[in-house]
Amino acid sequence: MALLQISEPGQAPDPHQRRIAVGIDLGTTHSLVAAVRHGVPDCLPDAQGRVLLPSAVRYLAGGRRQIGFEALAAQAEDAENTVVSVKRLMGRKLADIAGTDKLPYRFVDQPGMVALATRDGDKTPVEVSAEILASLRQRAEDSFDDELYGAVITVPAYFDDAQRQATKDAAQLAGLNVLRLISEPTAAAVAYGLDNASEGLYAVYDLGGGTFDISLLRLTRGVFEVVATGGDAALGGDDIDQLLADWALDQAGVAARSPQDKRAAQVASRAAKEALSDTDSTQWQATVGGRDLRVAVSRAQLETLAQPLIGRTLAAVRKVLRDAKVAAGDVQGVVMVGGSTRMPRVRAAVGELFGRDVLTNVNPDEVVALGAAIQANALAGNAKDGDLLLLDVIALSLGLETMGGLVERVIERNTTIPVAQAQEFTTFKDGQTAMAIHVVQGERDLVSECRSLARFELRGIPPMVAGAARIRVTFQVDADGLLSVSARELGSGVEAAVTVKPSYGLADDQIAQMLKDGFAHAETDMAARSLREAQVDAERMMLATRAALQADGALLSAAERSDVEALIEATRLTAAGDDAHAIEAAVAALATGTEAFAAARMNQGIRRALAGRSLDDI
Amino acid sequence: MNLGDDDYTLFGLPKHFALDRADIDARRRDLQARVHPDRFASEGAAAQRVAMQWAVRVNEAWQRLKDPLSRGAYLCELRGVPINAERNTAMPAAFLMQQMDWREALDDAEGQPAVEALDAAVAADERAMFGKLTTLLDEDNNTAAAAVQVRALMFVARFRQDIARRLDALDAAR
Repeated sequence: MALLQISEPGQAPDPHQRRIAVGIDLGTTHSLVAAVRHGVPDCLPDAQGRVLLPSAVRYLAGGRRQIGFEALAAQAEDAENTVVSVKRLMGRKLADIAGTDKLPYRFVDQPGMVALATRDGDKTPVEVSAEILASLRQRAEDSFDDELYGAVITVPAYFDDAQRQATKDAAQLAGLNVLRLISEPTAAAVAYGLDNASEGLYAVYDLGGGTFDISLLRLTRGVFEVVATGGDAALGGDDIDQLLADWALDQAGVAARSPQDKRAAQVASRAAKEALSDTDSTQWQATVGGRDLRVAVSRAQLETLAQPLIGRTLAAVRKVLRDAKVAAGDVQGVVMVGGSTRMPRVRAAVGELFGRDVLTNVNPDEVVALGAAIQANALAGNAKDGDLLLLDVIALSLGLETMGGLVERVIERNTTIPVAQAQEFTTFKDGQTAMAIHVVQGERDLVSECRSLARFELRGIPPMVAGAARIRVTFQVDADGLLSVSARELGSGVEAAVTVKPSYGLADDQIAQMLKDGFAHAETDMAARSLREAQVDAERMMLATRAALQADGALLSAAERSDVEALIEATRLTAAGDDAHAIEAAVAALATGTEAFAAARMNQGIRRALAGRSLDDI
Repeated sequence: MNLGDDDYTLFGLPKHFALDRADIDARRRDLQARVHPDRFASEGAAAQRVAMQWAVRVNEAWQRLKDPLSRGAYLCELRGVPINAERNTAMPAAFLMQQMDWREALDDAEGQPAVEALDAAVAADERAMFGKLTTLLDEDNNTAAAAVQVRALMFVARFRQDIARRLDALDAAR
């Protein structure tokens, strides 16, 4: 429904202007940015022609940073101040992270999310990720010599609410307009499916540096529908590296104690692992404790070490097949994504399970970013055919704590998003006037074994006998997979709501503070920036409303139409000024004033969708 | 057409129990293609909110219609006989005896093949019960009897979930 392509002559600055929208794969090991140019998705290279940006940030003295290859080069010598694989820490408390003793950082345990102490102060994973995103944003803006309209950012399908919210926060911090968060396997399927004009049931096996996803998708004429998804948000190539490092150090009879030694052992392991994808044996080489170590390692040895991890991924695959009620043989193709799927043993094991050769004809490093770029282009309204549609699911069930520390599930895993689900609860004691609502995510029956997302209270329930109050708790998951929860006592209408965020992530004011502190925008004047953003927003809103009036103005009475036109005019006049707050207010007024119109247009859309198919035809 | 219409009206499908899954899925795709928030990503917050409401409504109807058990329960309710599964647990004695036999069989089953064989037997029974439900709703128009059948099928569904959980545990221990 590319309404924005219809513009009134003389009113749009340039009716054919394309909006620049990019897809970003924010990976554990490396990140990429891609965009659709001349109808084809492409990864954007840096000035040296490299498309991969190592997901590494080094903090230097005086607030300077190095990002990417430069940071990576310094990782062994300056391990404490060089953050790699930060994705594994996103949305996590210190207690959530396994193997912290093997990582070279100085962790700062704080409520919400863990932070890392660097010479430039404490950094949260959100801030570190924002540096990487800002660097990719810069690359894209340089490539197009223009401002970005927005970005689609990919997250592992198995990322929970905390991790998704953290990713969105990082994007906001990097000054990106997030068009949508989409799942990595879904993005890969888009790139693969459109390229190969595939139809039917496909599996995407995505083993990256730090996360593992398995998704089953049904492809039908441009619609990518996730049937079931599963995985492990803390399982990836990094874990294989760590196992190899432990083994090699054990062979050499040496322990890695300093941050430098730990990092050197990991780097050596990754190099050896990558070499073993092409050869049968290699040398593991690292300088640990001042000694140059060399350990011979064979591919068979690596495979023995990695076998338990590969086994865990296969168990997740079988579980997803059971969830979807399909047999392995029903799957028409298995797309391999992520650098870790370069390991021959991984390819063989997955191929064996599905009884067919796996598909590796799209570059496993690039496929996710390419798919995200295609979706970004469609969301920005640039695609000629509006056929592409992604119907994704939530990977983890959402529920509430009930008596005895048990979980009452409200939304089951693999439910298509967006979704809203309500459940009624009642009071436990006579005269109870408040109710504590504890929102959790996970598949286990005990609250203690699920992830705690938020706690809030509904107060002011009129005193009644136990069991008489009716409290309706509504969970809503939006198209980004983000949850908000509201509770309402039905008799009295008392209400409480929470966007599930402050209990683990960064509160909005914290983000605002970081922005104010000049994060990632050292040279950008905040005021000028917010004015420009408000003006772009106003322009966008006016264009959309005018286009809507032109297409569907008949739905409005003359009086309603002139109200809307007055609001547009007021927005136009305000936007010509330089008061960002006034512009935001005008845009908000326009949005509110056109809500009924938008609803009427949507109704018309539905009727059109149903038109031509009466009850008798079926 | 509005958000309060019943699922069948929204999907433009006849109010029968027997529906072709492919038809349900195709209608859902058509509708989502019209209302999904992604279709309005470049428009204002108002359109986004309305799109979200509609997309949620379409998904809700799809979830309910695609699953034969929830569809059966829904159709009984539309025809004036709510299921009230929590309050209404009375079941024929023979059915309860069979339930107990099945539960014992699951407790006794050792290893994946035995559990899978039990699941296959229960699935066959479930299919036959759905056949009867189709007759009750679409031919006999006997909603009261259909509601009893839906409640019985809810027991079976719960039991199959227990079987699935057992299979997950066996797989994880592999």
